[in-house]
Amino acid sequence: MITLNHYLVLSALLFTIGTAGVFLRRNVITVLLSIEIMLNAVNLTFVAAGRQFASVDGQIIVFFVMTVAAAEAAVGLALIIALFRHRESLNPGAYASLKW
Amino acid sequence: MLFYVFAAATVGASLLVIGQRNPVYSVMLLIASFGGLAGLYVLLDAPFAAVTQIIIYAGAIMVLFLFVVMLLNVAKEDAEEHERSHPLNAPGARRLGAALAVAFLVEMGWAVWHVSTRQSGALSAVPAGDVSSVRQIGRVLFTDYALPFEVTSILILVALLGAIVLARPKPR
Repeated sequence: MITLNHYLVLSALLFTIGTAGVFLRRNVITVLLSIEIMLNAVNLTFVAAGRQFASVDGQIIVFFVMTVAAAEAAVGLALIIALFRHRESLNPGAYASLKW
Repeated sequence: MLFYVFAAATVGASLLVIGQRNPVYSVMLLIASFGGLAGLYVLLDAPFAAVTQIIIYAGAIMVLFLFVVMLLNVAKEDAEEHERSHPLNAPGARRLGAALAVAFLVEMGWAVWHVSTRQSGALSAVPAGDVSSVRQIGRVLFTDYALPFEVTSILILVALLGAIVLARPKPR
């Protein structure tokens, strides 16, 4: 029997994986991908809760989250391109100074 | 049980995403992870979310990522160069991180245990008819959520302009 708890635990697991990725990886692109994993964990929570409480709002919020994720990916990748042009590196440690 | 199949696929692919050194493989595996999530959405009677997941996430956002990865053409992350200077390698930061991870684990375990001792019950067997229908989603989206929807379009526009301005080479 699959309960809401199963989905919540799975979502927490995915969020933890995303958090670990943000802290462990030394590649800005992989860090952005980890943020996407975290956003998807939250989406799963919304859909499961919407299903549990028989409400359509969960899926609508998922729609908004996806839109924000698209905007975030576009701006984040543009930032990465701009940073790479300056530093020739994707390592977050290379971007230690605010001005050069 | 289909739930466990999709859950295992999602978690496994996500773990491999953060375990890869080559970002191209990471993007591909994340697409696989999103496929598993779409399956979970179908199990939750949310076909709209499942289809948007595939089309927008796997189809559009991940292709954008792949595009940038291949444009920058950096196959490996250069870990050795900054290995010593990385702030997470400082002993204090490492200890604090370990303590925070343990605290997080305890917190999650407590939450799961606390919830499962109360009876949360199975997901209701039959969804209230209109929850999964795209028609109902569209109706609510354009009535109750009309303002957020329009604000979202402005957000997209701003992000588009911002991305163009940021990625444009500087005029010399």
